[in-house]
Formats: sequence, C-alpha cells, structure tokens
Amino acid sequence: MNTMPTMTIPNFSLSPRIDQVGIEERASRFTKRSIKTAAKIEGLNLVLSMIDLTTLEGKDTAGKVKQLCYKAMHLNDAYEGLPNVAAICVYPTLVKVAKNALKGSGINVAAVATAFPSGQAPKSVKIADTKFAVRQGADEIDMVISRGKFLNGDYNFVFDEIAEIKEACGEAHLKVILETGELNTLDNVRRASDIAMHAGADFIKTSTGKISPAATLPVTLVMLEAIRDYYYKTGKMIGMKPAGGIAKAKLALHYLVMVKETMGDAWMTPAWFRFGASSLANDVLMQLTKQKTGNYQSLNYFSLD
Amino acid sequence: MKTKRKAAVKANKTNSSNGSMVDISLKFDEGWSYSPAPESTDHVSIKERYGLFIGGKFVKPALGKYFATINPATEKKISEVANASSADVDKAVKAARKAFGPWSSLPARERGKYVYRISRMMQEKARELAVIESMDGGKAIREARDIDIPLAAAHFFYYAGWADKLDYAFPNKKPTPLGVAGQIIPWNFPLLMAAWKIAPAIAAGNTVVLKSAETTPLTSMKLAEIIQEAGLPDGVVNIITGAGDTGAALVNHPDIDKIAFTGSTGVGKIIQNAIAGTDKKVTLELGGKAANIILDDAPLDQAVEGIINGIYFNQGHVCCAGSRLFVQEDVADTVIRKLKDRMQTLIVGDPLDKNTDIGAINSKEQLATINRYIKIGKNEGADFYQSKCKIPNKGYWCPPTLFLNVSQSHRIAQEEIFGPVLAVQTFRTVDEVIEKANNTPYGLSAGIWTDKGSKIFNITAKLNAGVIWANTYNKFDPTSPFGGYKESGFGREGGLPGLQAYLNLG
Repeated sequence: MNTMPTMTIPNFSLSPRIDQVGIEERASRFTKRSIKTAAKIEGLNLVLSMIDLTTLEGKDTAGKVKQLCYKAMHLNDAYEGLPNVAAICVYPTLVKVAKNALKGSGINVAAVATAFPSGQAPKSVKIADTKFAVRQGADEIDMVISRGKFLNGDYNFVFDEIAEIKEACGEAHLKVILETGELNTLDNVRRASDIAMHAGADFIKTSTGKISPAATLPVTLVMLEAIRDYYYKTGKMIGMKPAGGIAKAKLALHYLVMVKETMGDAWMTPAWFRFGASSLANDVLMQLTKQKTGNYQSLNYFSLD
Repeated sequence: MKTKRKAAVKANKTNSSNGSMVDISLKFDEGWSYSPAPESTDHVSIKERYGLFIGGKFVKPALGKYFATINPATEKKISEVANASSADVDKAVKAARKAFGPWSSLPARERGKYVYRISRMMQEKARELAVIESMDGGKAIREARDIDIPLAAAHFFYYAGWADKLDYAFPNKKPTPLGVAGQIIPWNFPLLMAAWKIAPAIAAGNTVVLKSAETTPLTSMKLAEIIQEAGLPDGVVNIITGAGDTGAALVNHPDIDKIAFTGSTGVGKIIQNAIAGTDKKVTLELGGKAANIILDDAPLDQAVEGIINGIYFNQGHVCCAGSRLFVQEDVADTVIRKLKDRMQTLIVGDPLDKNTDIGAINSKEQLATINRYIKIGKNEGADFYQSKCKIPNKGYWCPPTLFLNVSQSHRIAQEEIFGPVLAVQTFRTVDEVIEKANNTPYGLSAGIWTDKGSKIFNITAKLNAGVIWANTYNKFDPTSPFGGYKESGFGREGGLPGLQAYLNLG
C-alpha cells in the first residue's frame, strides 16, 4: 500500500456539488438500455449473487431467520446452476442463529448495528452494539450515520463516529448507511458519501429500508460517482449497496447497467456491489424461469421465506 | 471478503519497472455486455419508389428521373425517390398558389383541426416513422424514437393551437399569411425539420413547397402520406425531392413569397444572394461552432454528460452541437479523465439496436469531410483521442473523437465539422472564455456549466449566440425560439417568433 498516493482529509463542506436535473437525466438513460437473451440471464444470475437477503422486523425470531437462511442456500433447487445470495442481513441478536444455519455455505452474515434504524443512541451504546454483533460472528456490520448531527453541520462528529465503529468492527466489513431519504438533497448525499469513505467505510449504503424514499437510481448514481472520485484519488475501491425499494428484476438490471457504465467491470461482483432486498430474489427467479420456459409461472411456484 | 477485496485492488494496479507508479483506471470492456436488441422492421412499409407529392397526389417527375436513397449503416438501397426538375418545382408552386386562397380564408379553427390531425397521426405512426428515420439517416433508434418523432409531433400540436389565436398572439396587429413558402431542409433531423417548417407555415394560413434533403427523403414521403390521409386540402403542403438544383429552382421561382432554409452557411449565402432585390422574405438557420463552457465550480459529472450530449448526440450532425469545449484549467485534467471514461461506454454500431448510442455517419461524403478534419487536426498537432469501440465492417462510421490542447488558431476549432469530433481548449478566467467563445463567425448556440446562478446571468448576457443552455445542452421545445446570430443565420423557428416568421403583421 506504500505506493498509493497519500490521502488528506478534505473539507467536507466543499464536497462537489450535484445537479439534480442532470443526475435524474443520466439515471433515466440507464433504464433505456435493453437487456435481452444471454445478457439478461447473465445479469439476473449476477443480481442473485449480489443480494443481501434481509429480514429486519421487530417480530423476527430464530425460526424466521433459519427459514430465510435455508432460502439463501436453496433459492430454487429445481433450477440448476443458480448462485447463492451474498449475505443474510439480520439484527445483532439473531446473528448467531444465522451463522449456525449458514455454516459451510460461504454466505456471509451481516448485522445492522449502531441503534439501527434511527441511530439515536449514545456512541458508547453504538460501539457496544457493534462489538456484540461482531462477537456473535457477524462478517459484515451495517451501521447508520447520525443524520441529525449531519444535518446540523456537525460533520466531524459523524466522521469520528464512523471511524470509531470501524475500529470496533475489527475484521468485520463495515457498510455505512447514509439513510438518503432523510438527507433531502443530492448535495448532502454526496457529502455524506465522502465523509463515510474517508472515515473508513468498506461499503456505502443508501438506506435502512425503514424510511421512504429508500434506494433510487439517482441517489445511487451520486454515491457511485463519489466512489469513483475516491478511487481515482486514493486507489481504494469502495463497495456500494442500494437497499430498500428494489423489488423487481427489471429495476435490478437497471442498477447493474448503472454500475457497469459508471464504475466499469471491476465493481460488477458481490465483493463490490450488493442489493439490500427482501423480495427481489423471487422476482429474479420468476424472470429466470421465464427465460428458460418461455412462460411466467404463478407466484405460488416461488417459495416465500 | 477481505482477501477478495485486496486482490481486486491489486488487479487494478500495474507497477512500472521502478515499482513506484500506480495505474488507477476503470475497465469497461471486460465483463458483462449487452446482447443485441434490434428494433424490428417488419411493421414498416416503404414503397420501392416514391413520386413527388404535388397537389395532394403522388405524381411522376416531369423528366422521369429518380435517385436511390441508401441506408448508411449497410450501404444498401432502401428505396428510390424522384429527382424534381424546375418544371416539377413550377408545378408544385402553382399547386401551392392555387391552394393558398381557399386555405388562408378557411375559418382558422378548421385550419387548426387539420394541423392537430397531422400531429395525432404522427403519434399513431411514431414507431414506423422512428424506424424509417433511423434506416434512412443512420441515427440511433433511441434518439429517433425518444427525440425526433415526439418533438416533430409536438411542433404540429403546438402550432395547431395558435391557428385560431393569431389575433391574440400579436396584440393590436392584424396578422395575415405571407402566401407560398419555399422550404428547404437538411439531412440531420429530416422529419423534425419538416415539422419545424410546415407546422407554423400552414397554421398561419400559408401554403408550402418543401424540399427534403437528398440523402434523407423517406420520412418526408411518409409525412406526405399522413397529410394525404389527414385529408388536408390538396396543394396546401407539397413535398418534393431532389438535390441542390431542385433547391435552387425553388429559391429562384418568381411566385415564392418566403424562403425558409436550414443547412450550411455556404448555401445560405448563395440563397441570400439569389433573392437580393426580390420581395421574398427569408429565414436562414445555418451552421454553428458552439462553445460549451465548463467552469471550475460546475457539477463535473453532470457537465461531462452535457459535453457528451452536446457533441455526440446524432453523431455530431447537429448545427448547435457543442463542438468547442472550454474547460477551466484547474479542473481540466479531471474533466478530461471523466470524459474519456464516459466515451468508453458509448456504444457505436447498428442504428436500429436499442442500445446504440452513436449510429452511422449520414453519408459517404460527410464521412469524408469528417475524416478530412480529423487529418487536419492531427496535422495541426492537437492531441488526438478516439474511443476504442468496435465498428461494423460495412457502412459509414466515426468513433467518438476528441482533440486536446487545441487553440483558437486551429482550424478544427474554427470550422464546422458536423461530426462526432470535439475540440477541447482550456481557459483561466471568465472574461477570457467569453472573448474566445465569441471569437467565431458563427453564433448559433452555447452552453455554460456552473453551480452559481450569478455567473450564468453574467456570461449568457455577454455571449453572442441565439440559444444558450445553462447546466444542460441540446434541449428543444416547440415553445422555445431557435436561431442564430452572425453567420449562423437569422430569423427564429419555434415559439411565437417562429409563427411571426410566416405572417405579415401589417
């Protein structure tokens, strides 16, 4: 790493400005790409392999999580050659259950920590939350930033908090959730992305899924452009995870097109791009089956876990 | 996960012999790629041969001469169209003159109904029109489908609305139509240009003789079929095909009241010469060499989109193309790096493929012109860069092209190339860029990119260009006037000024 350019912490209030109209126009261009035949099948398989299969409900139980883990390893056993999803995403208290259920599968367990989803807890509690999840065996930590502090202009607080959580993660991979639905402007999304990356995020992630709007193409594009600039500046690759609101295979393919044309081929793997989604997998399976058989199957042919 | 990540970072590094250099770059051509997605052509009907549309009927040309129109992406003949002689032009002008009286005295509301009908029928046949536009001219189907055809229909729709409101459009005036308009259009936006010309003219009560461009006659023939089907009174719109001679015959015809021309500055000058001393009114929409100006506080990624859209839209066959890029020096390296990355993702090829960004160059002649300028640019010593895309074996193609380190003294920065070739210059201060942007015989359009509204107002007020886009580029709307200064012509098309160009305000 000693050959990398040296990095200085920038003044985040000077993050590049974003033109919303321009971003929306570019984002809509990705949706005009026509993905057919072989490209569609390859793309859909890639989408499956990038999914963080998620359950984040107050009513989650060990039983529910075990069922979801089985689904993660057996998306559709009648259809040969399907990849596994990338990870299961659960609350910290269920990490151990998931970890046991997924043993030997190569599927990661991600835990949402830091007083998810609001992040409204003292830093000590957030750090304890993170350490607990890591001790339970989480491979990846999805943290939330303090949006109140961010909107208050206290960027140093947000930066320091991320850096401390990163330290608490140890070997675990850190995904930083910006909760873009609460940041209101794309300028803020860009600034929060810059803060998260400089503070040590391995991934940046759009949303908790608890706030609407969650992931959108324009927001994701702003974050990808921030990742691209950071890569050119430091040589470090950062991953991207849009989460929430991506339920259809077609939309997921639009995201892939965006990643491909914005970041290039290096990012087109689960190591660098993930979908946080609960119902996307079944729609992708339905599309894949349609490509194979020529017909759409009833929803009842796809397991709900 | 952790190890994978390190491996991927390493994969992007290549150490030079001394081990101190890091190559950080993005790769766009190694992984997932799009399968062909061709738009089908089986719903399209093209006749083997088209006559001239005169007096509401397709008639044979007086001399019986026809010429082929080819698909520039395949070099195959699609159809053939009549070569109108001066006798045919005379016949068309007579038909228009005969129709003028009844048409101009028709209740305005009735006139409006016809124009609305044409608009609706174009919308109904939009898919067929888009495919033919793409086949005949080489433009990407995405652009024909999303821009050319909807905008053409929108122009008829917009001017239809004015037909019965002329007295209110120009308060305290008594607007009356001019008579017979001779209209000559270029090959870059065939149907759209026909709509720009015909819609305001007939809505205002004029009758027209329109000559389409030599290499792209087919959609105007389809428009003639639509006009026939719409039941427009015979002779109100006459559409003829031919080359320069036909255009000259139209311009010189004594019974023409108004000439509307869109095309090259060279031909525009000939037309202005030809009509000197006559009563003919004229509007000319000619060439351009627009400055697209990127200030250092601009949203750079969006500005790069604007650069792409400014010069590579429609293969650069756009009179208002942003063909001179001015980047402020402190962000020039970043902008050029982003621009080169973006150019790698542009797909060049089969115009009928829905994923194609850049289609075929319109004609062999135009490709030769572009290549001549590329050679000039190289000889002038500018840094040449072209995207490394695959291009088909047959047809006329030019990959997206950049020249860096250009100065105002380079010919590639002075002359209109009309192709996907961008001349990039840097500047230090706002005053400097205003001076350079205006230092051209042209004055059609310009673009300005900055985060600061006050800079937009300052710069746009000082640029001599008819259309200036701020933080966007190549946006068109029927309600917005379009036209140039200096050698880019005079007169406006679109909006109320576009209507006024077809009226006496008495």
